[in-house]
Amino acid sequence: MKAPITSESELRALVIDLLSHVAPEADAATIDPDASLQDQLDIDSIDFLNFIMAVHETTGIDVPERDYAKVATLNDCVRYLAAKAG
Amino acid sequence: MPSLGADMDAGTLLEWYVGPGDTVKRGDIVALVDTDKAAIEVEVFEDGVVGELLVPPGEKVPVGTPLAMILPAGAAAAAAPAATQGAELPAQEAAADTGTQPGTQPATQPATQPATRAATVAAPVTAAPVPATAAPPKPAQPDAGRRPAATPAARNHARELGIDLGTLQGSGRHGVITSQDVDAAARATPGSGAGTAAGPGAHVRASPLARRLASEAGIELSGLPGSGPGGAVTQDDVRAAAGQPARAPSPTQVITPAPARPAEGAALASEDEDERSAAMRRAIAAAMSRSKREIPHYYLSLHVDMTRALAWLEETNLQRAVTERVLPAALVLKATALAARDVPDLNGFYLEDGFHPSQAVHLGVGISLRQGGLIAPAIHDADTKDLPALMAALRDLVKRTRNLQLRSSELTDATMTSTNLGDQGVESVFGIIYPPQVALVGFGRILERPWAENGMLAVRKQMHITLSADHRASDGHRGGLFLSAIERHLQHPEEL
Repeated sequence: MKAPITSESELRALVIDLLSHVAPEADAATIDPDASLQDQLDIDSIDFLNFIMAVHETTGIDVPERDYAKVATLNDCVRYLAAKAG
Repeated sequence: MPSLGADMDAGTLLEWYVGPGDTVKRGDIVALVDTDKAAIEVEVFEDGVVGELLVPPGEKVPVGTPLAMILPAGAAAAAAPAATQGAELPAQEAAADTGTQPGTQPATQPATQPATRAATVAAPVTAAPVPATAAPPKPAQPDAGRRPAATPAARNHARELGIDLGTLQGSGRHGVITSQDVDAAARATPGSGAGTAAGPGAHVRASPLARRLASEAGIELSGLPGSGPGGAVTQDDVRAAAGQPARAPSPTQVITPAPARPAEGAALASEDEDERSAAMRRAIAAAMSRSKREIPHYYLSLHVDMTRALAWLEETNLQRAVTERVLPAALVLKATALAARDVPDLNGFYLEDGFHPSQAVHLGVGISLRQGGLIAPAIHDADTKDLPALMAALRDLVKRTRNLQLRSSELTDATMTSTNLGDQGVESVFGIIYPPQVALVGFGRILERPWAENGMLAVRKQMHITLSADHRASDGHRGGLFLSAIERHLQHPEEL
């Protein structure tokens, strides 16, 4: 496991990197931070689960299913992880 | 050449993973074959010893063409002279074969050129990444030696990172090199590895002229250090290598600046992609046209109350580690597989002499590719896997399908296919059967809807499940029993 990441910008970069593994076209320039990740990146529920698993693997943070709505956009996701990490 | 789907009439042998004298077990991956849809790892269907390889890499042959001789295991010592006694590996058998289980015996893959190439990758002299590109396999160079066994994804990955597969030890099944091995090598090799930041054109860092020269000369670009900008292999690198085919590039090699043409490289890559996607379109067109021409479809549908199943799933997922989490998709697959066992008229193949029900339930899963197109590989024995195992199989299959890294049995064994378009917001699927199967089950999205029961109105989570079935093999009555069976199983999620 990597050193704890706490700054928002680091978290944002990490989330985008993890997303790029399930949706190769994902990058900072094209993601609308307030739009649904699943819609704009055309990722299905299995891709999304892989993303959640990657988040867990790199940060140790477990996002339970009932919180999926709280990580639906890039901004929400970063905020959620920042709160959990802090 | 096995038939890897109803839409395939020929295939190109890309690569042999075994050679004469190698011992193979049923289920071992022995070759890589290119179809219109993807490069497929072909499994062997009997135990034995590889005799003569009948089709050289690069050759396109019709389905049914014997690819190699397999000798009975006892004939190992006399392999070469006994070659003609071997049983041929006919393809139709491959297509009809079911339930392939991987063997345990290693299908040895000697890395043929590791020693000399190791220097290329490891030497700190090559500070720049060693880029490479795919030199199309040429039948004209059969002496080039067998290339190391690697998964297609690992091969692509290695190409991107400029890693020579010949220097790697495979950690996969039978010593096959995996993407993880390539990653590990990239980490261990200073100066190599473009990293994940590499753009889509990263793997083609060689000038088009260099690529063509290498192809003509039968030289593998992956073995060359690139002296161009960004480590690109230039025409001079190729010419130098052609002059000294000992594969150990001289460290004193003249560095010749050559114009980098990354844009052109990227364009070439996208042309490949276009061609691949056009070929896939044709393959889908052929299979679906055949289906609509030959199969008298009938269609049934049922709204299924998912409330109970989803509540159960949410509760059990809370107790599962994130890596063990099960999605509703796996739940409905399991219910479908059990229903296929309950009502066997819908599970099997319709061949010239009629319907052949299948004992095993190998459930095909329609998986869309990001670049467009669709493949429906099978989850073997879906009816006997428990939910976590089925979920793991589904995740693995989706990942490998999207990496175009499938095995022949997965493409030929499906006894029934399912397609889930719920993630796309679709409410109902009206599917076309994939011949020679006789049924396609469609799942829509799970929606909250009003639900009337016993004179009361309630809001329930519902899924619209549809069945397209072959009227030659079954009638609507049996189809209805099948849909009811799916519904029944979904009302008892704890038994799935």
